[in-house]
Amino acid sequence: MRRLRAFEPLAWTGPAVLLIAVVVLWPVIEMIRSSFLKISRFGIVQGSNGLANYEKLFDEKDFADIMVRSVIWVIAVVGFTVLISLALAQLFNQRFPGRRITRWALIAPWAASVLMTAIIFKWMLDPEVGVINQIRLKLGLIDALGGHSADQLGDASTAMPWLVFVAVFVSVPFTTYALLAGLATIPADVYEAATMDGASKLRTYWSITLPLLRPALTVAALINVMNVFNSFPIIWAMTHGQPGYSTATSTILMFVLKGSDIGESAAMSVVNFGMVLVLTAIFLKVSRWNKEVA
Amino acid sequence: MTVTTAPSRSARHQHSRPRPVSRRRMPGLKTSVIAAAAYLIAFLFLFPYVVMLLTSLRPQDSLRDATIFPSEWEWSNLANFWTSGLAGNLMVTLKVAAGSTILVLLVALPAAYYSARHNFRGRTAFLILVLITQMFQPTAMLVGIYREFFQFGLVDSIWSLILVNGGFNLAFAVWILNAYFSSIPRELEEAAFIDGNGRFGTLFRITLPLAMPGVITALIFTFIAAWNEFVVALTLTTTPANQPLTVALNSFIGQYQVDWQNLFAGSVIATIPVIILFALIERKVVGGLTAGSIK
Repeated sequence: MRRLRAFEPLAWTGPAVLLIAVVVLWPVIEMIRSSFLKISRFGIVQGSNGLANYEKLFDEKDFADIMVRSVIWVIAVVGFTVLISLALAQLFNQRFPGRRITRWALIAPWAASVLMTAIIFKWMLDPEVGVINQIRLKLGLIDALGGHSADQLGDASTAMPWLVFVAVFVSVPFTTYALLAGLATIPADVYEAATMDGASKLRTYWSITLPLLRPALTVAALINVMNVFNSFPIIWAMTHGQPGYSTATSTILMFVLKGSDIGESAAMSVVNFGMVLVLTAIFLKVSRWNKEVA
Repeated sequence: MTVTTAPSRSARHQHSRPRPVSRRRMPGLKTSVIAAAAYLIAFLFLFPYVVMLLTSLRPQDSLRDATIFPSEWEWSNLANFWTSGLAGNLMVTLKVAAGSTILVLLVALPAAYYSARHNFRGRTAFLILVLITQMFQPTAMLVGIYREFFQFGLVDSIWSLILVNGGFNLAFAVWILNAYFSSIPRELEEAAFIDGNGRFGTLFRITLPLAMPGVITALIFTFIAAWNEFVVALTLTTTPANQPLTVALNSFIGQYQVDWQNLFAGSVIATIPVIILFALIERKVVGGLTAGSIK
């Protein structure tokens, strides 16, 4: 009887652990292993490759550019997302008729598949018939439809801002909701005290709201960093990382390499994964910090 | 200051949202400006999906006209979708989403319940493992996933998609269910047990019904995540007929075919239902996604 008791936790949590082990942990090991193997196009392992996969990866002519672009991509998307969400959270926290419906509208980009949203934006940016280009034509920003200036996704200098825009567009809803949840935990009497002390609105926001919002803000920002770092569908659907590799990030390079050299692609994943691990470590540290504060 | 993810608390907070006193005294102009700004922003966030709907209703020959509204409303586009090849891809999506959801519930329910009710050796380790996997994304380890299922001989199989979607959405389900089970008073279960319900009777007659909002949230969340999944399916499926709708629609882009309207009909069918489903659980999702970190 006693022996059976010892196995009880395993019976209840075992399947979950097994699923995590098979689907999440095994691929990590397999990925690291593959990055040191020579693997043929058809998936046949042809023996060890030492560090050759990594050397080949670091020697790729576009590698440095792509890594720098990935970091800028994350900073730009998360930065804009947080700033816009802070403003929107403040707005949607006010009382006005129809608040429930407007908040509901905000959900759409969050619930819809990121791929679908990216496809729609590509369609709206179509050089010949896209709605955005029709609007730009009416505003006098372009002379005619179908020309080079209407082909925003055809050139990296105009494509990158649009990619960032779409990534911000799909990240803002979750972030705003997380901040709204954070705002809801700030007790009303704190504000009453501030009003009585004669603090200005701006001062109240800066010295009371923001510091109290910090836990929610940190968590939302970190979740965004990890999502954006691993973002793939937006760039893949809208530009494929082209022209050349001029709009590619590390995940795009990884996917392209998968078609030609799985070992090198695995090496790219490991580099990418290392960066994600660092972020996870920061995340866990922050979460513990939150517990201490609480 | 404490922020709990226990559902009852957060629900109460939603209603007692603090407002500065001064704001209540002046409606009128200020409220109107705020409302107008909010309506405009709401419109901007809906805009792409409105464009999608409008495009899906265009007649085939005027699909590439440079107008905002269609010349005629072709409602048959949405019906024709069901006889196009994409309907088969939608069925794949449905099977993957349903399969992953069932798998997640079967695996997460016992784990979440046990870890909420019992203190056992390895409980902390288990919860940390779950928290860590929530941070992992399939995109980051795509090559590993591909290599693993290649060795299993499960490439191009629906089972691999169900397994991967289930595995990566397990964490959210365990966290949110754990929070719900923890919020149910132990005394309730004990009383039911004393009344002669037995351990499993108590579980099914008392605990599960009380945790139902959490179960539904986990269910809808997993379903939507698997429904929307793209990267893993793009990597693991090769035969067009075995691909879920996201992958099939993606292969439409760049092809200047005649049946573009099927692309938009497909995206409408793939998008509108999940937006509505998501609206039902929106309030609980933030708590689940940031669980463990704010708690």
